[in-house]
Amino acid sequence: MFDLSDPVNVTMLMVLGFLVVAHVTSLVLVKLNKIQSPEELLLRLKSWWWIIGLLFLSIVSGVTTSIVLFGFISFLALKEFLSIVPTRQSDRRVIFWAYLTIPAQYYLVAINWYGMFVIFIPVYAFLILSVRMVLTGKNSGFIHSVGVLHWGMMLTVYSVSHVACLLVLPLADATVTGFGLMLFLIMMTQLNDVCQYLFGKLLGRRKIIPAVSPNKTWAGFIGGLASVTALAGLVGPILTPMDLQFSLMAGFIIGVSGFFGDVTISSVKRDLKIKDSGQLLPGHGGILDRIDSLMFTAPLFFHFVRYFYT
Amino acid sequence: MNRLIQLLFFGLVVKPLVLIVLGLNIRGKKFLPAKGPAVIVANHNSHLDTMVLMSLFPLFKMHKVRPVAAADYFLKNKFMAWFSLKIIGIIPLERSGTVDKSRLFDDCHEALNRQEILVLFPEGSRGEPDKMSALKKGVFHLIKDQAGVSVTPVVMHGLGYALPKGEGLLVPVNVDVIIGQPIGEHENAASFVNETAEVFNELKQHCITKQS
Repeated sequence: MFDLSDPVNVTMLMVLGFLVVAHVTSLVLVKLNKIQSPEELLLRLKSWWWIIGLLFLSIVSGVTTSIVLFGFISFLALKEFLSIVPTRQSDRRVIFWAYLTIPAQYYLVAINWYGMFVIFIPVYAFLILSVRMVLTGKNSGFIHSVGVLHWGMMLTVYSVSHVACLLVLPLADATVTGFGLMLFLIMMTQLNDVCQYLFGKLLGRRKIIPAVSPNKTWAGFIGGLASVTALAGLVGPILTPMDLQFSLMAGFIIGVSGFFGDVTISSVKRDLKIKDSGQLLPGHGGILDRIDSLMFTAPLFFHFVRYFYT
Repeated sequence: MNRLIQLLFFGLVVKPLVLIVLGLNIRGKKFLPAKGPAVIVANHNSHLDTMVLMSLFPLFKMHKVRPVAAADYFLKNKFMAWFSLKIIGIIPLERSGTVDKSRLFDDCHEALNRQEILVLFPEGSRGEPDKMSALKKGVFHLIKDQAGVSVTPVVMHGLGYALPKGEGLLVPVNVDVIIGQPIGEHENAASFVNETAEVFNELKQHCITKQS
């Protein structure tokens, strides 16, 4: 079952090994009093164990389980979004309909009906939920609510469902699986976050958009982008059907779009005057704080792969 | 048997519902009383308020947490009475005025003597979603002769959206639970009620959820 000739399995083992090393290093540094807020760091690590544990378990369990996991992630993200962004009491029933798009969208992934998957939310949910909201008969605040609901669904359901849809892509090269693509996308997106943060901390001086995110610097952005592009070139040819050149391009796309996903959610939080979107992942914040970049990288990477490799 | 049903109900229904279908943003958990005798006062917008407050406690303490609830509503019929009294563990309170004032809180006092934690909603009823009704003075009279009983204020936000009064459809949203420091001792009911209202207002500022 656990085949070590499958690069996906080897990668997962390496990630777990890396997490063990990171955990042990952190514990040692905490023991030596080298960390400013040790509790925060340990909470963060614990949350990483949960995230990676659940993700890898679902990968090992198969395509269906993984699709269900991402459906659940969409649910948590949409719920968090609709909790922090104000909607009207009269929108409750329309919002209930919005939740129902999640099983529908992921069912379309599971049966691999691509034509419907790609238009279900932008066309059908878009129109039907607007009509449903009209039928509540409340005009005051209508534009705000109808806009919030659709934008939220696009980010948390539509975008995120592209991660799951990687698993059912009919790849031209039958020697690789969708899991490799999914792992590549998630790893590069998260590493991009980490590298941008590290380069920003070490070298960052000139800020990119201080009004939205004072911690985002040019050094962080370029450093992160360069490292992720390089790493993608290293990992892509092993995990995915992409060759070196296309892996580098994919890494570049992920680096740039990941940055914009991150600052988009920052903008949302700034508007609402909150720091974290929730408490689901102790040490990280809410689920939107964790998947902000992924909501931008997933659809772009998906279409990049779909265009060139199916 | 009822104890077992209570454990199963809270372990398999209430806690998963509160953690997954809803999801909590908790602040000030350290102020939550670990053991009785203690009183929790909270704002009231939904039947789920009680479930959320009780779910903050570990399962093995669940039978020690006693919501004080209207007898006329929760003891309406036989099934509801069994469920409210034995599974949720409410202490019924007579709202109709037929009970002598000096005896009104007898059951509550006994519970406090048994080191239990009472949950009260001083607004009296669920009211409009996320609008605070005028607070009633009962809590002051309940604790005034009870030495060493702390009153911990809790403000919740979001449940009036998830399941408001008169609605049967639960809409999943995250819920803020903000727990404050115990309210100090007061000479008279008016000043106690005023401070409680002020504290509720202050705690409300920490909410991050914004459903109207």
